[in-house]
Amino acid sequence: MTDYAVELCNVTKVFSSGRGAKSEDVYAVKEMNLGIPRGQFFTLLGPSGCGKTTTLRLIAGFETPSSGEIFIQGKPMSKIPPNVRPVNTVFQNYALFPHMNVARNVAFGLAIKRVPRDEQKRLVKEALELVQLADMGKRMPSQLSGGQQQRVALARALVNKPAVLLLDEPLGALDLKLRKAMQMELKHIQEQVGITFVYVTHDQEEALTMSDFIAVMSDGLILQLGDPTTLYKKPANKFVADFIGESNFIRGTVDSITQKSTKLRVLDELVTVDAMEVNLAKGQAATFTIRPEKMMLKTKQPVSTEALSGTVQEVIYIGTDTRYIVTLQSGESVVVRVQNGCSPDVEQFSKGDLVKVVWLPKDARLLAD
Amino acid sequence: MENRRRFASLMGPPSLYLFLLFLLPLGLMFVYSFRAGITGPAHDVFTLDNYRSFLTNSHFHRLFWRSALISLTISVISSLLAYPLAYYLVFQAGRNRVTLMTLLIIPAWTSYLLRVFAWKLILGSSGLLNSLLLSLGVIEKASPMLIYSRSAVIVTLVYVWVPFVALPIFAALGRIDRNLLEAAADLGCKPWEAFLRVTLPLSLPGVAAGFFFAFIPTLGEFVTPLLVGGASGQMYGNLIQDQFMRALNWPMGSVMSLAMLVAVITLVFILTRLASVSDLVGGLNE
Amino acid sequence: MNKHRIFSPGSIYFLLVCVLLYLPILLLIIFSFNDSTRLVFPLKGFTLQWYGKLYENRELLKALGNSLMIGFGSSLIATILGTMGAIAIVRFKLPGRSVFLAVSALPLVIPYVIFGVSLLILINEVGMPPSAFAAGLAHVIISIPYALLIISSRLVGFPDNLEEAAMDLGASYWGALLKVTIPICSPALLAAFLLCFTISFDEYAIASFIVGTDATLPVYLFSQLRFPTRLPMVVALAAVLMTVTMAVMLFTEWLRRVGQSPAKKG
Repeated sequence: MTDYAVELCNVTKVFSSGRGAKSEDVYAVKEMNLGIPRGQFFTLLGPSGCGKTTTLRLIAGFETPSSGEIFIQGKPMSKIPPNVRPVNTVFQNYALFPHMNVARNVAFGLAIKRVPRDEQKRLVKEALELVQLADMGKRMPSQLSGGQQQRVALARALVNKPAVLLLDEPLGALDLKLRKAMQMELKHIQEQVGITFVYVTHDQEEALTMSDFIAVMSDGLILQLGDPTTLYKKPANKFVADFIGESNFIRGTVDSITQKSTKLRVLDELVTVDAMEVNLAKGQAATFTIRPEKMMLKTKQPVSTEALSGTVQEVIYIGTDTRYIVTLQSGESVVVRVQNGCSPDVEQFSKGDLVKVVWLPKDARLLAD
Repeated sequence: MENRRRFASLMGPPSLYLFLLFLLPLGLMFVYSFRAGITGPAHDVFTLDNYRSFLTNSHFHRLFWRSALISLTISVISSLLAYPLAYYLVFQAGRNRVTLMTLLIIPAWTSYLLRVFAWKLILGSSGLLNSLLLSLGVIEKASPMLIYSRSAVIVTLVYVWVPFVALPIFAALGRIDRNLLEAAADLGCKPWEAFLRVTLPLSLPGVAAGFFFAFIPTLGEFVTPLLVGGASGQMYGNLIQDQFMRALNWPMGSVMSLAMLVAVITLVFILTRLASVSDLVGGLNE
Repeated sequence: MNKHRIFSPGSIYFLLVCVLLYLPILLLIIFSFNDSTRLVFPLKGFTLQWYGKLYENRELLKALGNSLMIGFGSSLIATILGTMGAIAIVRFKLPGRSVFLAVSALPLVIPYVIFGVSLLILINEVGMPPSAFAAGLAHVIISIPYALLIISSRLVGFPDNLEEAAMDLGASYWGALLKVTIPICSPALLAAFLLCFTISFDEYAIASFIVGTDATLPVYLFSQLRFPTRLPMVVALAAVLMTVTMAVMLFTEWLRRVGQSPAKKG
């Protein structure tokens, strides 16, 4: 139990919009069971409205669960208000106090706990050094850039040495370059400090970059929980496959099933997909997914590969890669990404060419819908 | 939930105060309208006589409508005078608009009583205007006509209200998206046409807000009529004051006040439908 | 684009109106120094005697004292209640908000005679004698809408999760209000206080009903208006009051703009 920094047990959160009309209730979080291991960089990933921010606020204590229980470091939090919980939050809009300078902002939590003045000074100095704002103590928030404000917010939260740090899409307001730099900084700080980070974002690339574990959420439910590699290579369902990275989805009918593999009929071609934990019956419709960079275009199907025939629709050159949009015989489109200047046996194609889209069997995944 | 408790704690004290010193007195006034007298045994007798008297007293009615007319005149004139001011500030004053608006408002916040008093001095028969005109030879003897008349009441109150009426118009005009005017010009409108078709209609909620903001309180005016109104300038508010302070007929006075209160509430209701309350609020915040 | 001519019809009109607005005040100030008991041109000579007479007038000083006290008291209460109401309205989206807002804003448009009359009835029913104190209680009601508006205007200007951030860092809700919300609102609080003070200090209509013999300054002033010989002294008093009010209002306006987000300026 105490290996988890945070645990949600059967937590549901309903928002009823006045007047008691049941049909207007919004289930932001549905019977969630989640254990967040200690010392990890854990991310809640999903589109807007999926319930990730609500989950964060439930942990922080700004919302109370409609049912279920939340534990932090093994202790139940139902009766504990947010200002007493051992968590701190970095808000999306930073929420720095405009009437206090940076040092007093960072010291706020310490002042509340009546930490002695010199101790406060020392801790504030430490925190500001951690976020590389060592001599900004006397500045006012309005004098800082967005990136600097965000780091002050981080320092203000970390200085209290919480058991869990909650971050609510903190990098959303920054421009691309700064965001990418901050992502690495946050990751390093988490490794350095060792505190459990619970991070909320809708940006899947960000999640993949920073996280030790990711929970993909949609509509109040966790669809898959795993480390970035697993989520990327083995998405459990269509939503996760589609949300994380780019995916092709190809439909077919089950032709035959064996222990090791399943044969799918796509129009008049047969494709073998390695058996997964998906239960299918003969004749049933099924979808498999494959990443664009795992596909290749060839004139003739090589040995030990799977292939489908198609016609090249578009050729898009983007410097590092060439993207081919190929229409299969079934009418579906797939995207194939080929790295430029990589190996000599890469063939070039143009619009209108008849090709075989090929891939290695291990790179395709059968999906549960 | 915690939230509700905090909300209640915050709203509680102001609500209580408003109830005890605003709503409760109004309720008591309603009760008083049925009493036979203020003290003694008459205090506890309930009767509809006051209402009967009120409804049959043509003098009261006449004064009620006369006051309404005076207030209406004041509000209309104030709005007409205030509109060009607000327009100038928003469309022609550029960056100075807020400073200039402040300049306009500051004297308006000085004591109402003193400003009326000042006008009384200026308009009076031994006052400034008369002595000026006399010394210039424009008139032969001091004219008492400038003061103690209905016109004096109207002039004085217009003077008081114009800056306040200008505020919501200023706010409403300021909110108009300049792109709309550019679009109108682009589509062929001459400046005055653009004004009539775009600016004026969009500013009407602000105009309505300012109009009612002046109209409703002046219905009950009694101070200005007392100071500069003379006999012909008395308004409904003076009647009420008279009932309470001189005739000591509080029940009757209550009935009269209630009649005005009903009118006020009706007008407020119309105001919330017609005008933008946010304009009024926005205006006061400027 | 409008041409920024200094003397366009609009600016001339504006100037004219401004002159008319300031004229009575200026005239009062000028005549307060005039060595004559009649307010006519030409001016007779410079004197400070009327100001001197103000000091000696005990009734006036007593009325002034009353006005200062109830001004201070009613503004304090109105500002506090207005702040509580403003926080409730701006930060909480719960039912009852609009009713509260409607009722607290209503005094803005209700004729003062109705306040005077209904409060007179109230103090009679509860057995309270007419006094300046009663007027002070009434002044809170007419001031609350202004305090509410000024404070809520300030509150919407900064992010609404600062209280949450403070609580996240360990403050209780009320601690968050005290340490974060109130300090940020302080210019607006002062502005509201000063505005309410001005309103109470100058208020005549309601006071005339319920002060009885315990005059406030406007009531005292009014009572002097029918004595021609007292006129110059009244003029001197008027000059002082109006000048002070204008200075206070200028300061209040400046306060309201301090700390307002840049988007709102100009």
